[in-house]
Amino acid sequence: MTLDEFKAACAALAADAPAQIAAVADLDAWTALRNALVGRASGRLTDIMATLPQLPKEDRREAGQAANAVKLEVEALLTARESGLSAATKSGGDLDLTMPARRRWVGAAHPVSQVIDEITEIFRELGFTIALGPEAEHTWYNFQALNFPDDHPAMDLHDTLYLQGDLVLRTHTSPVQVRTLQQYAPPIRILAPGNVHRRDPFDASHAPTFAQVEGLVVDEGITFADLKATLTHFANRFFGSTRTRFRPSYFPFTEPSAEMDVLCGVCKGSGCSVCKNSGWVEILGSGMVHPAVIESAGLDSTKYTGWAFGLGPARTALARHGIPDIRILYDSDVRFLEQFAR
Amino acid sequence: MNISHEWLKTLVPHTRSADEVRDLLTAHVATVEGFEHTRSELASFVVARVMESEKIPDTKLSFNKVDDGSGTLLEVVCGAPNVTVGTMYPFARTGTTMPAGLVIEKRKIRGFTSNGMLCSARELGLGQDHDGILPIETAAAPGTPLLDVLPISDVRIVVDVLPNRPDLLSHRGVAREVSALTGVAMVEPADWTAAVAIPAPVVGESSATAGGVAVRVDDREGCPRYGAAIIRGVKVGPSPEWLVKRLEAIGSRSINNVVDATNYLLHGFGHPMHAFDLSKLEGSTIVVRRATAGETLTTLDGTERKLTPSMLVIADAAHATAVAGVMGGLESEVTDATTDILLEVASFHAGLVRSGRRVLGLSTDASYRFERGVDDAALPELLARGAAYIAEIAGGTVETTLLVGAAPTPRARVSFAPSRVARLLGDAVPADEVVALLTSIGFDVQGSGDALSVAAPSWRHDVSRDVDLVEEVARLRGYDRLPDRLTGARPGNVPDHPLHTMGRRVRDALVADGLLEVRPLPFTTQRAESQARVLNPLAQDEAYLRLDLLDTLSRRAEYNLNRMQGNVRLFEVGTAFLAGSGAESVGGEEIRVAALLMGASRPPHFTEPKPPAFDAWDAKALATRVAHAAWPGATVEFAEAVRDGADHCLWTVAVDGSVRGHVSALTSLDAPNWASPAFGVELTLGAMPVAYVAPTGEHRYLAAAASGPAVTPVRYVPLPAMPAAEFDLALLVPTHISAAAVEALIRNTAGELLESVVVFDEYRGKGLPDGTRSVGWRLTFRHPERTLRDKEIEGRRAMLLKTLEKELGVVPRSA
Ligand SMILES: [Zn+2]
Repeated sequence: MTLDEFKAACAALAADAPAQIAAVADLDAWTALRNALVGRASGRLTDIMATLPQLPKEDRREAGQAANAVKLEVEALLTARESGLSAATKSGGDLDLTMPARRRWVGAAHPVSQVIDEITEIFRELGFTIALGPEAEHTWYNFQALNFPDDHPAMDLHDTLYLQGDLVLRTHTSPVQVRTLQQYAPPIRILAPGNVHRRDPFDASHAPTFAQVEGLVVDEGITFADLKATLTHFANRFFGSTRTRFRPSYFPFTEPSAEMDVLCGVCKGSGCSVCKNSGWVEILGSGMVHPAVIESAGLDSTKYTGWAFGLGPARTALARHGIPDIRILYDSDVRFLEQFAR
Repeated sequence: MNISHEWLKTLVPHTRSADEVRDLLTAHVATVEGFEHTRSELASFVVARVMESEKIPDTKLSFNKVDDGSGTLLEVVCGAPNVTVGTMYPFARTGTTMPAGLVIEKRKIRGFTSNGMLCSARELGLGQDHDGILPIETAAAPGTPLLDVLPISDVRIVVDVLPNRPDLLSHRGVAREVSALTGVAMVEPADWTAAVAIPAPVVGESSATAGGVAVRVDDREGCPRYGAAIIRGVKVGPSPEWLVKRLEAIGSRSINNVVDATNYLLHGFGHPMHAFDLSKLEGSTIVVRRATAGETLTTLDGTERKLTPSMLVIADAAHATAVAGVMGGLESEVTDATTDILLEVASFHAGLVRSGRRVLGLSTDASYRFERGVDDAALPELLARGAAYIAEIAGGTVETTLLVGAAPTPRARVSFAPSRVARLLGDAVPADEVVALLTSIGFDVQGSGDALSVAAPSWRHDVSRDVDLVEEVARLRGYDRLPDRLTGARPGNVPDHPLHTMGRRVRDALVADGLLEVRPLPFTTQRAESQARVLNPLAQDEAYLRLDLLDTLSRRAEYNLNRMQGNVRLFEVGTAFLAGSGAESVGGEEIRVAALLMGASRPPHFTEPKPPAFDAWDAKALATRVAHAAWPGATVEFAEAVRDGADHCLWTVAVDGSVRGHVSALTSLDAPNWASPAFGVELTLGAMPVAYVAPTGEHRYLAAAASGPAVTPVRYVPLPAMPAAEFDLALLVPTHISAAAVEALIRNTAGELLESVVVFDEYRGKGLPDGTRSVGWRLTFRHPERTLRDKEIEGRRAMLLKTLEKELGVVPRSA
């Protein structure tokens, strides 16, 4: 026996082993094969090792290393094969790995909250922060401070729910404009999300309580050009690349006032039932802050200008998810809410 | 406001299409929210010329060859007696649907083939005339669509008129805008000849008498001006065709010629008018006064109405005969028997009309316009125009006209610097363009350069400041032509509201924990003696504002149970309305988070077909998680609760020492017997003050908050290098001793090497002395620098047992 012959015997074993190991079908066969390959009593490797004393002394170290490397390699293959076989043979050897995973309950933010979050994220990038205000609001903040003429049909635009004293349930989030202007010096760049309330019958398209997102910018040198550019930027981010259209409108607290439409996502402007054949879908009301509003917060309207907008996220949620009836948003059926997990 | 495109063209003879008018109005004036072609059912009809015609023997029919522009003559059988060769008629090709629904098909009649139908006026829905097919005189080629040839088509343009622009509530008002936008001058409508002589009005400050009729205005504030025309010898009957068509085009039904004339003037010129039967006015007298208490009036709609002194009425010598500006009375209504008419064209105080129609719960075309404001300066013109229209249409003579009151004061002038336009719009508009735009819609502009003085026309009530003029410039120029520029912005001074930030963290934690967010209505039934109530609720059973969020979540859980959904895990971050000191008033608002758990604590799996239901310990854990999400790093403590209420409160939850909410078993839930128990958590995140920030018209700036990080960062603790020593204490704990008390004593007694104390077991029942339970604690000790010796551990164990027995009477279970 020479060193070369010894190493050749090792290499032969290493070459044969993988196929033999892979071919083993059960644990009994595996045990038999292990004994045949590396078993202490009569394994092939043991037989090879038994020839080691026949080698010249100076070759034995190298031969031992070669034999050991083969041993480690074969044993690793055997171990891997064993765990595969035992996994397959537990509980009678019929584990079906296609069975479903263990689940957890999924949680979900409300679809309207998800829309508000997306809007918030876009305006955050533009430096807006979040302001809040109460839902039971003084009539002054809800109407007079916002330049609503007393006892005028403009009040009919907001069917109001009245509370004791001089409080109402706020009919829009715009009171937060005045509260913020009274509390912080310009520059102001805020978003005010929150619930508002109207005396509207609860039907497929109206709810007495619904979410609104208000935006307000007040500083020196703010113009209608900022309004158009910022809201168009928002529309492009929120709806994907789109086109906007501004048209005259009326809100007591803005002048000039403008509605912003985006190109109808269904027909891309050619007209369909969704957009009532106009090609456009109304998204938000906006305008330059009326100087009377700036003055009711004690600010100098010759120094400061600003713009504001308000939009209803529920309408977007209904359109986006194809929900036909707004009341579904309020029912709180778990099977509905679970659909919005992400 | 419904606008007829054809009617509009009688006032401003532009040549734009209805589509163009729609786009112009939406872009510059007010949004067009509806757009409808009338007679669209006739869109597929054409005109065709009869080229040859012969009688079919022994019938009334004729066999004709018709040129419909298609290039081949069509064979058509016709039953009409008036078929004339060389004449054009309306023609329905095969496949055309008739207005009555019949589809024209190719068919055989008496052996002759008929490829279409020549039509009569009645078949087209254009009138009752059925003498034969409708001859059309036209130079148009055969095959031209019928609607392009006959002046019968129209487009109804529905304009969404907002409360600031009542001047747009008439065709004349819309025509003014179209005239300004197209540059086409306004004209008198050609519908009539205006050949009627109108006597000049007899005027008076508060009363006038003429032609045997007296008009007296007692409430001059309520009625600044009252015009009346006396028209005698009218013949009430059907209206002429053109008038019926005008009214039909705006969706209004023809009633009789007198009423139709007043409606035409209302929609044409914007001023409400009312015709009284003069013979029914006692004493031939009109008195404008407040109603007296207890007075009643049966209005035109046949309803008897109780009047109050807050209402302005038109009365005769004896009693009220109309609610001013709202609706006339049935008694003095114009009927077929009427011959003499008093036509009223007046201006009424907007607020009085508003309160009157509110009390009556009645909104009419008239009250709608008076509330928003009419053009008082045009009253004399419209009185004459109204009288002339009635005399023209219904006959009779305008005997006299009366005008009581004074002309309105001219509009206050507004100083206006055109340079202000750039400050608001971002780009300058040349001063001469500003002047031209304002002048085009009737504004009176004086002065020059940057110092203009502008007066709004009498029909505009919405212009009092220079920004109002900027808006006019902006819209007339077109918003789309204004610049659009994203500029660098200074960062704002307002920090994020902490309750928003906190609410987001709580929501994220609950969503991650598998709960579903809801956004329900905050209304509820009465739960407590003093609870805020809505004064004018829509539904009496939801008239109150909720005191807590779990009330709402419980109702939502019941909704799910009714739909056989027993696995409910809902939460809300929302507002609770606290009771105030006054009856049914709001005392304050809190932003709270609430969660409701019931049913399986996790979804079933084949390894666990019946997962355990949520229990109190899950609710307690959820409360801990929510509290930590809301107040990171805070200490959260639970105390056994004593709380009355429908539900069984288990614990109050204190955060850093102050009570923030509770965990409850929701025992009051209306649940079927298959439902699992429900548990609720509700924590108050913070108050949302309702108070004024500052007095009205003032501000109160907060000092810029030098806000540091809200949360103290966690301090790093070195990982243990030495092994721990553990032992268990299985203790017999009397029922009245709480586990928390035992644990507190263990912590106090065990010394500083104690690392943790954890309950690992509880047992109640057989084998234990009465009034006790067995609770097992595992204690872990560790010395930072060396291994603890067995003797040290044993010493601590002995000392703990001794103290527990002495202080609490708690002994080892084995003893
Ligand atoms: Zn569309």
